Amino acid sequence: MADNIIRGKVFITGDNIDTDQIIPAQYLNLVPTIKEEYEKLGSYALCGLPDEYKTRYMAEGKTKTEYPIIIGGSNFGCGSSREHAPISLGAAGCKAVIAKSFARIFFRNCIATGEVYPVETPENLNKILKTGDEVEINFDARTVKVLSSGKVYNTNDLGAVKEVIDAGGIFSFARKSKMIK
Amino acid sequence: MGMTITEKILANASGREHVSPGENIWVSADILMTHDVCGPGTIGVFKREFGEKAKVWDPEGVVIIPDHYIFTADEKCHRNVDALRAFVKEQKLPYFYDPGTSSYSGVCHVTLPEKGHCRPGEVLFGTDSHTCTHGALGEFATGIGNTDAGFVMGTGKLLIKVPPTIKFVIDGKLPKGVTAKDIILRIIGDIGVDGATYCAMEFAGTTIEGLSVEERMTICNMAIEAGGKNGIIAPDEKTIEYVKSKTSKPFKCFHSDPDAQYLTVRRYRGEEFVPVVALPFSPDNVKSAKDASKVKIDRSYIGSCTGGKITDFIFAAELLKGHKVSVDTFLVPSTVEVEQALKKIKIDGKTLVKIFAEAGCIEPAPPSCAACLGGPVDTFGRCNDGEVCVSTTNRNFPGRMGSKDSQTILASPYTAAASAITGHITDPREFLK
Repeated sequence: MADNIIRGKVFITGDNIDTDQIIPAQYLNLVPTIKEEYEKLGSYALCGLPDEYKTRYMAEGKTKTEYPIIIGGSNFGCGSSREHAPISLGAAGCKAVIAKSFARIFFRNCIATGEVYPVETPENLNKILKTGDEVEINFDARTVKVLSSGKVYNTNDLGAVKEVIDAGGIFSFARKSKMIK
Repeated sequence: MGMTITEKILANASGREHVSPGENIWVSADILMTHDVCGPGTIGVFKREFGEKAKVWDPEGVVIIPDHYIFTADEKCHRNVDALRAFVKEQKLPYFYDPGTSSYSGVCHVTLPEKGHCRPGEVLFGTDSHTCTHGALGEFATGIGNTDAGFVMGTGKLLIKVPPTIKFVIDGKLPKGVTAKDIILRIIGDIGVDGATYCAMEFAGTTIEGLSVEERMTICNMAIEAGGKNGIIAPDEKTIEYVKSKTSKPFKCFHSDPDAQYLTVRRYRGEEFVPVVALPFSPDNVKSAKDASKVKIDRSYIGSCTGGKITDFIFAAELLKGHKVSVDTFLVPSTVEVEQALKKIKIDGKTLVKIFAEAGCIEPAPPSCAACLGGPVDTFGRCNDGEVCVSTTNRNFPGRMGSKDSQTILASPYTAAASAITGHITDPREFLK
């Protein structure tokens, strides 16, 4: 990531966005390590959200989203261990998910794949912002800034997992620490 | 300072005397399980990172169980099983339960213990969130993604954080009509779907000791529904007898120290539990079956790793015997062994299949995950429209069993069966007097 900053429009979701809403199980026949199927997974990102979400994450017929940042509430990514979930978001062009908290396996899969950055904030930003607002995540300063108002929110410390992210995932981390060749 | 059973297993697997919650440690895996949905991607990561000619760390340690999308016309699903077949052949893996052959078994989490792959004291990783099921046999078992699984496949190791443990002590006798499913749903209702995020959930007490190994599996199976990293129950004589009947491999039993440190300890009385359901759209939306009795249903579903074991079908048959269902009732035995047991086990001289047929249930489907997670549109029992389904499965988020317009209500096999008779959510004790 260049200069440790992600900037873009946000897409607002609620609490407990589970992996079936991120990528419904009928699309799990797609294999993420096959290039065309990776792209296809992206086109289905968040298509399991109920119809009450009038604005859809993926516009009809598009393979890339206009929202590089998703904002959730508590327990984002709960449910299945399917890595298809963070991968479909990454393939759709999502760069980061901001949430009050994440489900464990989803968080871990984000880090292991390097597809999207999971960012935790003490405040429920999904209650404060609306879809289409533009924000800037600054990883060095550990902040989320709302571009229109200039208001700044803090993000939580990543803790020990940061060294794995900085190394570029579990494989690079293990190579760096001479665990594997 | 003492350690919990989870900490002791992780200390043993990392070659340390002692580990504490929050520490990041490299642990050695005993078993890596994968299936048709995550196996091809895992193999893709393994080859990308270790090379086309790489060998798995230990062929005895890799168990491949296709179970998700088996009975479908979808060609990609068939291709994915073919990819597993090719890998098994290439790597000479001895444990592969191949669809369409006599080795096919069915749902991975019921197959693993049935075939002797679960042993106390071991570390089991699986590319499926319900891998936490196997903590019921006194081992550390947790779900991981493809990338981590690709890493384990090549190295036999994984970097993990030692979880703090929440202990659930349940003492006393369960009332008639109350099952393990009611216990775990109640607990999830109490602590919420993120109430145990990143934590080990340890279950103990005389109520747990009184449960069969299969019922203990139902409890640990749903630890993930509270966000838990693993569920675990200390091994006892029942565990040892069960495991020894499945495998001759040696194993080591660990128990929590009396002075082990817990994040919290929650106590329950067995007598307090009642039949419950989790209403749409969250496993923590828990109400007593009695209080939910106004909720009408269109179908009943008995199956999955959570509610498709032999014990689950015995519960359902006990209740359905001599009654007629009033809604479509789908039965999916989790494994071939369960399917065969349905034809052998009798209640009052009648086999379970006979009881189900006389009650008007749809003929049982062949073993697989089937509609628990929706799946391809031609999946048996899938909710393709706005159905309301009472189900012995594990999740009920929007669209879980298929269409976004459908609704899933989680319940025990007793409650799913009682509700199938009446057409609305029903406390099974009305039929079990």
